Amino acid sequence: MLDKNPQTGGEGSASAIETDVVIVGAGPVGLFAVFELGLLDVKAHVIDILDKVGGQCAELYPEKPIYDIPGLPIVTGQQLTDQLMEQIKPFGANFHLGERIDVLKREGERFRLVTDAGTTFLTTVVVIAAGGGSFTPKRPPLEGIEGFEGKSVFYSVRKIAEFMDKDVLIVGGGDSALDWTLNLQPVARSVTLLHRRDDFRGAPHSVEKMRQLVADGKMKLAIGQVSALHGQDGWLDAVTIKAKDGTEQRLPITAMLPFFGLTMKLGPIADWGLNLEENLIPVDTEKFETSEPGIFAIGDINTYPGKLKLILSGFHEAALMAQKAHQYVYPGKKVLFQYTTSSSNLQKKLGVR
Amino acid sequence: MAKITFIQPDGTSNVVEAEPGVTVMEAAKLNEIPGIEAECGGACACATCHVYVDEAWRDKTGKPAEMEEDMLDFAFDVRDESRLSCQIKVTEDLDGLVLRVPAKQY
Ligand SMILES: Cc1cc2nc3c(=O)[nH]c(=O)nc-3n(C[C@H](O)[C@H](O)[C@H](O)COP(=O)(O)OP(=O)(O)OC[C@H]3O[C@@H](n4cnc5c(N)ncnc54)[C@H](O)[C@@H]3O)c2cc1C
Ligand code: FES
Repeated sequence: MLDKNPQTGGEGSASAIETDVVIVGAGPVGLFAVFELGLLDVKAHVIDILDKVGGQCAELYPEKPIYDIPGLPIVTGQQLTDQLMEQIKPFGANFHLGERIDVLKREGERFRLVTDAGTTFLTTVVVIAAGGGSFTPKRPPLEGIEGFEGKSVFYSVRKIAEFMDKDVLIVGGGDSALDWTLNLQPVARSVTLLHRRDDFRGAPHSVEKMRQLVADGKMKLAIGQVSALHGQDGWLDAVTIKAKDGTEQRLPITAMLPFFGLTMKLGPIADWGLNLEENLIPVDTEKFETSEPGIFAIGDINTYPGKLKLILSGFHEAALMAQKAHQYVYPGKKVLFQYTTSSSNLQKKLGVR
Repeated sequence: MAKITFIQPDGTSNVVEAEPGVTVMEAAKLNEIPGIEAECGGACACATCHVYVDEAWRDKTGKPAEMEEDMLDFAFDVRDESRLSCQIKVTEDLDGLVLRVPAKQY
């Protein structure tokens, strides 16, 4: 079910994926929306720029405990994510991970959404469950770094072969830094890993492999921090590295990959013509609909009088949103209010009957 | 109460009164100190509450624990005097504490 880039269609192409609802964001609230919509026979596609589901819970605090989920006295971020995935399984939502929704526009009665990878959706309803916005790599606060981005400073690798003739500097001490060191080392002209201390929190077997490559003279390990970038027109030719004792040294390199974790940035949502209040989307508290009919916003991304950025509030918002979304998908059809405990109809959908 | 001074990169400073038991990050946020982002709300999961502890106070604030040291890998221009302010608990002992805020968290 967790297919990466399952279908790719260019904008305007006939291969748009048609669906009832597109959910932007696979955080806890987007995931629970699949459940509430599913009970009402509304089918959803879920898109997230992360390569995993769970939003903040999975990315920022997978191992940390949450104490205020009703009925679960203690649950970690990853456990909650896993349980939500289990709960929504019967509804067979389609996931598109590692893709960011860049474009959202009205097209007749429906909406067209396009990801950065070109995947296109045609949908009746849009549910924005984008939390604090897209997870985006942190940019080191080095002077002039913006000018090098995309040409010689990269936060992710799309094509390994592009680094074939590069002297690559990888910065960081976690799994991303180590994994890319190991992946690029056989390809790049040279690889140097730079970390602020000679201690790595990444997976021990990756650390071991890296140390062996250093011992064999196949790559370099440097301890220190980048303090300046040098180069022209976006092309790096060297960086200054500051050691712990304050001494500085110039290292010639032609590409840099910094890995300092992720932060949430509103991103493309700002360009969708929605009303925004301090980077949040105002909604009503009956249906959690935005200023645009058919576009809903639930979870951390929305705002209304009394809003609390809590997972449980997002769950409630998802339930009420689903009622109205159902009306758009099945115009004129009445929803009979039912309990999952007693409704054989709902239990059939859940696959427990 | 403990007085804590936050010195900004431009030299200006703010003194806040912090209640023992809260974290230094919380004291900073309650008083809207610029430059302390604290995106994760104190869970030691973001490294955007990075501060430099004044030389004279380094013994009293102590060294980062292992989890904090790991998270400091996500901060920039990390020094011996670096701490994540959400991991420093305010005590009466810290009355007078002086901290520097980095030029940018990221
Ligand atoms: C350390 C920490 C501890 C917390 N503890 C608690 C707690 O104890 N109790 C509690 O209730 N809450 C807690 N929270 C808050 C809770 O995690 C959030 O309220 C919750 O994650 C919000 O869920 P969400 O689904 O709205 O958004 P998020 O979890 O933020 O997920 C949104 C997702 O949308 C994606 N996205 C955004 N824009 C796009 C786009 N254009 N295209 C594709 N994908 C996009 C993002 O990449 C992200 O994965 C905590 C938060 C943190 C950081
Ligand atoms: S507030 Fe996030 S690490 Fe301190």
